[in-house]
Amino acid sequence: MRERQLPQAPAVRPRRVLLVASAGGHWIQLCRLSPAVEDEDALYVTTLDGARTPSGERPVAVVRDASRSDPLSFVQLIAQLVGIFARFRPEVVITTGAAPGLMALMLGRILGARTVWIDSVANCERLSLSGRLAKGWASLRLTQWPEVAENTPQLDYYGSVL
Amino acid sequence: MILLSVGTQFPFDRLVRLVDDWAFAQGRTDVMAQVGPSKLHVRAVKPFGLVSPSEFRDLQASAQVTISHAGMGSILTALECGKPIIVMPRDHQRGEHRNDHQVATARKLEHTPGVYVAWDDAQLLDYLGRLHELAGATGASAKAPEAFTLQLKSFIRTG
Repeated sequence: MRERQLPQAPAVRPRRVLLVASAGGHWIQLCRLSPAVEDEDALYVTTLDGARTPSGERPVAVVRDASRSDPLSFVQLIAQLVGIFARFRPEVVITTGAAPGLMALMLGRILGARTVWIDSVANCERLSLSGRLAKGWASLRLTQWPEVAENTPQLDYYGSVL
Repeated sequence: MILLSVGTQFPFDRLVRLVDDWAFAQGRTDVMAQVGPSKLHVRAVKPFGLVSPSEFRDLQASAQVTISHAGMGSILTALECGKPIIVMPRDHQRGEHRNDHQVATARKLEHTPGVYVAWDDAQLLDYLGRLHELAGATGASAKAPEAFTLQLKSFIRTG
């Protein structure tokens, strides 16, 4: 007698999620959100060597930091990000800032990924400059303060990482 | 060990000088200091160069208390480690930062258990005078609230 096949649960394919944050507070906030990608194919990107993801076993790529005072730094950063995008082909890009995250978000948007900007919990009165620039590039834009979400269009609030 | 941290972006000599003068007067030789791009001459605190994020976390975890500018990195790490943190926000008026967001951050977090905000020099010295009374946050987690991560997860999955 043939064994009956158990009906299979619809296979949930892991999504390729690129998570980007500058070293320091931005990185720690991103790490606090890691349960959101525990079932996904996640690649983390930061700006300093020696960062560990919370689970400790997810890959971390390092790119150079960029700042407005050094335009060349953006060229180098974007070249590094293009390399990462070509290899990993993310379907979703999530960033907690700052400038490198914004660059990754814009690149992701151009390349057809869905993009999430999460403004730092430090910005409790108004969005950061990068967060304002992310408008139009982010599929989802989050603040961590309800009062900031209230008076800004195209801005959502899911809570705070704290 | 006490850890002093002002981040790596800008100097914050007002805070470094206050802590250094205090440590010198007290004869304390156990203050490790991340002083940023500063040229200040210090007498008692022990400056160290750039360390990796995980080394910095280990330092903060083993410190009795962290004294810091109002940077989210130091504050979140202190909360996650359950260690007390004394926070002095950078003052935009004195050229200590590009804007006053550290003052706003400090105002929002000043009632968070484990966070001790020093609004001026006197308050900082008051905290330093009673370090043994400062307690860290209890039951701290290294994860964001589930409500946040579940919503984010559902956004990732519904594309």
